[in-house]
Amino acid sequence: MQSPVEIIPHSSGVVGVSWLMIVLPLLGAAILLLSGRRTDRWGHFLGVAMVLASFVVAVASFVELLGLPEDQRRMGVALYQFIPGMADMGLLIDPLSISFALLITGVGSLIHIYSIGYMSHDPDRRRFFAYLNLFVAAMLLLVLADNYVALFIGWEGVGLASYLLIGFWQHKPSAAAAAKKAFIVNRVGDFGLLIAIFTIWTTFGSVAFAKVFPLAGEASNGTMTAVGLLLLLGACGKSAQLPLQSWLLDAMEGPTPVSALIHAATMVTAGVYLIVRSGAFFEVAPTAQLVVTIVGVATLLAGAIIGSAKDDIKKGLAGSTMSQIGYMMLAAGIGPAGYAFAIAHLITHGFFKANLFLGAGSVMHGMNDEVDMRRYGGLFPVMRITAITFIIGYLAIIGFPLLSGYFTKDGIIETAMEHNQILGWLAVLGAGLTGFYMSRMVFMTFFGKKRWADDAHPHESPAVMTVPLILLSIGSIFLGAFLILGNRFMKFLAPAVGLPEELPVFHFGSTAGLATLALVAVGAVFAWFRYGAADVPEVAPRGSFLTTFARRDLYGDALNETLLMRPGQWLTRFAVFFDNRGVDGLVNGLAATIGGTSGRLRRIQTGYVRSYALSILFGAAVVVGALLYVGNM
Amino acid sequence: MGETITFWVLAVLSVAAAFGLVFSRKAVYSALMLGMVMLSLAVLYAIQDAPFLAAVQIIVYTGAVMMLFLFVLMLVGVDSADSLVETIRGQRFWAAVAGLGFAVLLALGVGNVTFAAPTGMEAAVKEAGGNVPSLAQLLFTRYVFAFEVTSALLITAALGAMVLAHRERVRPKATQRELARARFIGPQPSPLPGPGTYALHNAIDMPALLPDGTVSPKSINRVLARHDTEDGVRPTDPEKAALIKQVIEKDIVVKEAPEQEDDR
Amino acid sequence: MTTHYLVLSALLFAIGAVGVLVRRNAIVVFMCVELMLNACNLAFVTFARQHGNLDGQIIAFFVMVVAAAEVVIGLAIIVMIFRTRRSASVDDANLLKY
Repeated sequence: MQSPVEIIPHSSGVVGVSWLMIVLPLLGAAILLLSGRRTDRWGHFLGVAMVLASFVVAVASFVELLGLPEDQRRMGVALYQFIPGMADMGLLIDPLSISFALLITGVGSLIHIYSIGYMSHDPDRRRFFAYLNLFVAAMLLLVLADNYVALFIGWEGVGLASYLLIGFWQHKPSAAAAAKKAFIVNRVGDFGLLIAIFTIWTTFGSVAFAKVFPLAGEASNGTMTAVGLLLLLGACGKSAQLPLQSWLLDAMEGPTPVSALIHAATMVTAGVYLIVRSGAFFEVAPTAQLVVTIVGVATLLAGAIIGSAKDDIKKGLAGSTMSQIGYMMLAAGIGPAGYAFAIAHLITHGFFKANLFLGAGSVMHGMNDEVDMRRYGGLFPVMRITAITFIIGYLAIIGFPLLSGYFTKDGIIETAMEHNQILGWLAVLGAGLTGFYMSRMVFMTFFGKKRWADDAHPHESPAVMTVPLILLSIGSIFLGAFLILGNRFMKFLAPAVGLPEELPVFHFGSTAGLATLALVAVGAVFAWFRYGAADVPEVAPRGSFLTTFARRDLYGDALNETLLMRPGQWLTRFAVFFDNRGVDGLVNGLAATIGGTSGRLRRIQTGYVRSYALSILFGAAVVVGALLYVGNM
Repeated sequence: MGETITFWVLAVLSVAAAFGLVFSRKAVYSALMLGMVMLSLAVLYAIQDAPFLAAVQIIVYTGAVMMLFLFVLMLVGVDSADSLVETIRGQRFWAAVAGLGFAVLLALGVGNVTFAAPTGMEAAVKEAGGNVPSLAQLLFTRYVFAFEVTSALLITAALGAMVLAHRERVRPKATQRELARARFIGPQPSPLPGPGTYALHNAIDMPALLPDGTVSPKSINRVLARHDTEDGVRPTDPEKAALIKQVIEKDIVVKEAPEQEDDR
Repeated sequence: MTTHYLVLSALLFAIGAVGVLVRRNAIVVFMCVELMLNACNLAFVTFARQHGNLDGQIIAFFVMVVAAAEVVIGLAIIVMIFRTRRSASVDDANLLKY
């Protein structure tokens, strides 16, 4: 096994100004948020321009990186002293981070462009672009940071931006609730990440990647396992892995480009990035690695099952995202052999999932924002570009031979199979489910009978929306083959994450590959009989126990409610009750007693001087009496 | 023996006068009763070897303080009697209880003590040669400081009385012209008829007669008429009696209206 | 004999006190206060003779002076109140209450 190369300080060339990648979108967000309605007319162009400029810097940095010899391809860009003695702000430009940067800025740019059309009727489009820019900037800080503290800032920035975007239509109570849910569930994960960072700091005395990763082997196994599990908790929060998956499906309340951005280019990939970046820790903690793979497999199956039952096209895609991120986690948990496949799948998934989401958005755009697939059907003739690009994305995700998903997902399945037979076969099963639910989605949307609402007039979307779709679908077709064949991506990533001892050779027609293809085909054919050939009822039938199970998101929300929400409510109710009746009762009762008594006592103050004189005389009489009594004793 | 007789006479007199002070309806009677008590006490001082105090009691109290009281009574309305209806519930009963209790307690306390025969003042006044010189000697030696403070107190009291009684003139003094104008605008430019004009008597309580022999309502003295009415003393002439009654009733109505600034 | 004087003094004092309590005319109330002061003076004079000591008479003298000052100020106040409120009743000045 070949270790990652050392990080070399670097401050010249394009890489020297790579901080522009983060600063430009951040500047865009600041300008758009601070300028008010003045920039309403051209604000969206500024937002797009900033992301495009950021993309240009990323490409330039990438080209410069490629021009260097392999053992110099890790460059640390020191920026300024951040927290003296603890963390200096700096960027790490290496194959891993630049891959993410390219994905984020590239796909992000396409989503920005698409949003110009999608949000054209929204009065708050400027604010929307400000949030999108903020999202991109935070995500770039997350992946480019050269230490855990800066990474955490980006991590929190992503959480904030996702909150703002999911709740963008905050006039809808469901959107506001979904935003809060995403934020709160993410807090659980952030808590894990924070504790992990604390542990790293106490163990190694530093949080910089360059300092802590070489020391990973020297720490005790227990510490590393704890750090690994805590990092996994953080990753689960951001990447919507079990058991912190519940926010992802509700996050569909945001505008569709947001869903695309969250699911394809940013946010959910952060968890995978964290695991891969912290690979040095996981490699010395096999238990943590095993948990990562188990979480990955569980999530990929859960996501696929949920996706199979959803009638809401965006929620179906959300289930699919969970499932695909599960694949990536599975690969990331395997170790150096899986890292390249995890990131490659992440990148190809970024393309075809953005493709699918934007396609779904295009369909909704033409269908009066209808999201129920049972009200679609037969849309292929009326929106051909959307349909074709969507189908390309669909083929890519189910792993149709020679398309992107085929190479990357098969790579993961085969690596998993070599690593652990059970995990491998479960991954194969997940692929079959993917074939089923994605086919179901395509058949219900574009084929079959028209089940449109009466006032629906489906039409093709404008070019500003279809062009990004076409670009993304091209990526969905070719990117997988380009990255995987000849282990091109694995070798490219090697300076950052290392190489396995023996390089995998991709061969068509392996047992696992054939089994996958067969299962996918079965799923697709089953979906055709259920939803393509047969009539789809416009109102969802009750369905079996399993269907209900899946429709209810595997009772994830119910579980959260029972285990966490209800006891919390009981606790707060008790606290409120105790405060109202116990504390307030005592205090108010005392106050009422004193108030009531004084209210009666003040009646003695009649204002009549003769009354007062009478009491004085009584007092004098008492004094005289007392004197006599004492004198006679 | 002489002292005992004097004491009992004066004691009964002063207690009766004190009761009269408390229970008479008219403040002037109360003042006179107070004067009676003070005079009695002055005599009691005198027979207790305090001639100076007896003199001061008469001069200061009966002379100055009593006159001040009467003077103020004239100012605030000597012509009205107090209503003796109690307004504070239980005040009278409890006042009686407290007063009686206090008196009984004090009397018990005094009665419990057996006094020897009084020492008398002979020894005390022998050196200076009399009551007044002895008091003067004490005042200007041992009590000189208190004496000076008392003088300061009196000066302050005089100043205070002046300040309190002073009235700020809030509008300019009416000129002769304004007074004349007001008089001729008013109902009666000429002076009111004096009492007793054309009458058989010129006493103050006799209304004036008009040339035709009828009574002039304007000449009736309000204060005397009110007292006469309240005391049930009516002129024998029915015409006059009716007229007085009528004037008083009218007067009461007039009194309701705001009084104008009068030059007393 | 001393006892008789003292009891007389106590009686006068109590009558004065009751007068303060039952009369509403401020001037009469004031007279009753004077009565109480005089009752005290009688007790002082009696004790002076009992003990053959002039100090009691001195105190009675001072009481008279202070009473004179008090009467001057008190009556001035009564006149002023009467001027503004047209009433000399102590019950009418009852604004300072609950």
